[in-house]
Amino acid sequence: MERPIFQVKPALVHPLWLRICHWLNALAMLIMVTSGWRIYNASPLFNFTFPAELTLGGWLGGALQWHFAGMWLFGINGAIYLLINIFSGRLKHKFWPLSPRALANDFIAALRGKLAHEDLSHYNTVQKLAYLFVMIDGIILVSSGLVVWKSVQFPLLRELLGGYDNARFIHFYAMSAMVGFVVIHLIMVALVPRTLLAMLRGR
Amino acid sequence: MSKNNKIFSDSDKAAIIQDATQQINKQLSSEGRRRFLKQGLTLGGLMMLTGCDISSNESVENSLSRISRFNDRVQGWLFNANDLAPVYPESMMTRPFPFNAFYSEDEAPNINGDDYRLEVAGLVADKRPWTLAQLHQMAQVSQVTRHICVEGWSAIGKWGGVPFSLFLKGIGADLNARYVSFKCADDYYTSIDMATALHPQTIIALTYDGEILPRKYGFPMKLRMPTKLGYKNPKHIQVIEVTNRYPGGYWEDQGYNWFGGS
Repeated sequence: MERPIFQVKPALVHPLWLRICHWLNALAMLIMVTSGWRIYNASPLFNFTFPAELTLGGWLGGALQWHFAGMWLFGINGAIYLLINIFSGRLKHKFWPLSPRALANDFIAALRGKLAHEDLSHYNTVQKLAYLFVMIDGIILVSSGLVVWKSVQFPLLRELLGGYDNARFIHFYAMSAMVGFVVIHLIMVALVPRTLLAMLRGR
Repeated sequence: MSKNNKIFSDSDKAAIIQDATQQINKQLSSEGRRRFLKQGLTLGGLMMLTGCDISSNESVENSLSRISRFNDRVQGWLFNANDLAPVYPESMMTRPFPFNAFYSEDEAPNINGDDYRLEVAGLVADKRPWTLAQLHQMAQVSQVTRHICVEGWSAIGKWGGVPFSLFLKGIGADLNARYVSFKCADDYYTSIDMATALHPQTIIALTYDGEILPRKYGFPMKLRMPTKLGYKNPKHIQVIEVTNRYPGGYWEDQGYNWFGGS
């Protein structure tokens, strides 16, 4: 038996730019969500507030400073991610085709715990949909955030989102959906820890 | 005898070597321990210097303040004098309109309208103080707009009074100055950019809902700007100053964003 001279490296699952964007985004979302909860607590939309220990900023003014600093990281990093994703062809290559039938099959398989993750470089339909959803949700978060921040200066966006007050609710629901995604995302990573290694090392 | 010629017996030699090895090992390991401690202490010192509690760290606070100043500039750049805040029908007014201040409603200052004088200061040509009657004699406008609080809630109200740009031109203010600052009877103070001061919807409010501005809403006058958050709208104004020196504000000096635009 001859040993191969070169060790064949496993294929690259996530390119470096994507991993950087991913972890910067994780940090940005942590800042935005925890400071956002503190801002929410100043004037709750619903009959509950978030535990102060889970929030960032110490008081409303501090939370607002974090939120309006974190927005640059979240927005710019998100824009860079989307632009590279679109113009490198990765978006099309990774996320298309997206068929309802494949989604139904994969979703049932996922619920049975039988959805394979053999090849991490290939997204199953449930993953495709989840990651596309996060992209769109991120865009909704930024747009509704802009209206809540500066409703007078973004008249078109304000009218599209149904006015200042409505934009607050949209911002809240989009945040909830994002947090919901993160919870499921983390459970999935715990079930398939290889995916965490891939997001750190690239393979 | 030959046995006695040897200084150490074989067993002694072995014992000595073993002892020496032990000593050297001990030295080596204590050297390692020292190095470990030293580096550990340095690491600890570094952690203490940089701090782990991110939310109450001075350098973090300074960075956040700098970003907030940067956001002031971004908002100044975004601000468009032609972008008007939405106006609403009177039927959409919030009743009762909420009272909001850093004190309770019964602590609002009691001001005698007859004795009241509005002082103007700084980069203005005519520094004569104004009586309330003089202000009422000027051209009046009224508008139903949304008041947005920094906390997130908002309420729709109707304010009437003198367009602030008209007033500033009337007193010969330097319209190229950077700031207009306000000092109030309730010890509140704040300041705004000149572009917002000249915005067509920025008014010296003398009435609320068609009535003389009540004490709780800022009698005898407040500055009403639907393009800025609530804390930028000072009540019970006593002094208006046009200046190029950054005047800050009651909440702004504690960390609220200075521009505070909406």
